[in-house]
Amino acid sequence: MTISYYPGCTLKHKARNLEDAALASAAALGIEMTELERWNCCGAVYSLADDDLIHQVAPVRDLIRAREAGSDKVVTLCSMCYNTLARANNLMRDDEEKRNTLNTFMDEEPDYAGEVEVVHFLSLLKDELGWDGLADRVEVSLDGLKVAPYYGCTLTRPYEVSIDEQPERPSILREFLTALGAEPISYEEAMTCCGSYQMLTHTEAALSSTQKILAAARDAGADAMALSCPLCEYNVGTRQRDLVEADDAWDELPTLYFTQLLAIALGLGDEVCRTELNQLAARTLLADRNLVAQAG
Amino acid sequence: MTIRITKKDIDAHLARRIREISGENITACMQCGTCGGVCPMYEQVNTPPRVLVMLAQLGLAEQLEEKRSYDVCASCHHCQVRCPRGLDLPKVMEALRLLTLRKNINLLELDELDDEAIRDMPQIALVAALRKLTA
Repeated sequence: MTISYYPGCTLKHKARNLEDAALASAAALGIEMTELERWNCCGAVYSLADDDLIHQVAPVRDLIRAREAGSDKVVTLCSMCYNTLARANNLMRDDEEKRNTLNTFMDEEPDYAGEVEVVHFLSLLKDELGWDGLADRVEVSLDGLKVAPYYGCTLTRPYEVSIDEQPERPSILREFLTALGAEPISYEEAMTCCGSYQMLTHTEAALSSTQKILAAARDAGADAMALSCPLCEYNVGTRQRDLVEADDAWDELPTLYFTQLLAIALGLGDEVCRTELNQLAARTLLADRNLVAQAG
Repeated sequence: MTIRITKKDIDAHLARRIREISGENITACMQCGTCGGVCPMYEQVNTPPRVLVMLAQLGLAEQLEEKRSYDVCASCHHCQVRCPRGLDLPKVMEALRLLTLRKNINLLELDELDDEAIRDMPQIALVAALRKLTA
């Protein structure tokens, strides 16, 4: 059995830094995952309407493609893709009536009943290598780097798709960071929502949330924040410029994808990390710590 | 908060329609306010989630649409995992949004967004917002 890889819409464009770092790391670690030959956008958000199944067609099609590729697992890097695919998979596995309706509607595809397992890359690292196994592969320890793990919403909620066995007190990112030699810090807002898609329509509300998250991490002593969602990265990373513009004294907190920290720790170098796509503060921090070449 | 109710204000079918869309029984809500306490958007909303549920329980469809606070929900599921009554509030908020969207009323107009902002933001932001907030 092979592991299929589902990239999702953003990873081929704005979040190349999430994808390139992950694929290079997986190759270096000997984890074979093959990108699906055909895939479509999962819809980014799981449809919460019971009386309208059309929005389930997109994620279920991707799951069928994974099974057609002979895979028993499909792995994602993006938290929102993970959540959408995992919930759609549970629906197909557990709800006979809706499964029948969807299978009848998708008459060009073979019937599907949730046979493929949807996993997030963090879980895959844990299952394939274990944290001690990962620590053994570290070439460049992130020793001395204090990192705030940021889960946001979709890695742990709702609880039935949580990537951590203890969704109320997840530890998977902390254990991952520890394996890389970094010092994970504890803070209150690690699972507070960054405002998600509301950054477009209720910008002030979303920024008030990101301000709270970033300030809590900074106050707890973080040098940087690690995350796994391109929308979180936009809200707490890119849009941190709004907080800087509003307040001269705002101390910008660098945000990085967890896969970038992984690639750096594995000694894969700057070029796979694509740090030019991160905010300047992130590049400056990594350069100051001699973890990548000088920021340009 | 004073709510004036006359018979003509009451949509007797509202709770049933919400249940048809969401599968959730809103009469389960006991108005404890836990949802508002964990809502990341709470400080910026004009009506807390428990009040929206109360208006829905009473069948006050027009007042609900005037308040519009269900369009601020980010579907983060924090209220759902904390609700002592087991109500899946994000599903209820989705149902309230859909009652508006299904009248072909958008909660987000794409042409009101700045071109530069659209170029700058990740695809996922647009896809998610358009899925949740447009008809």
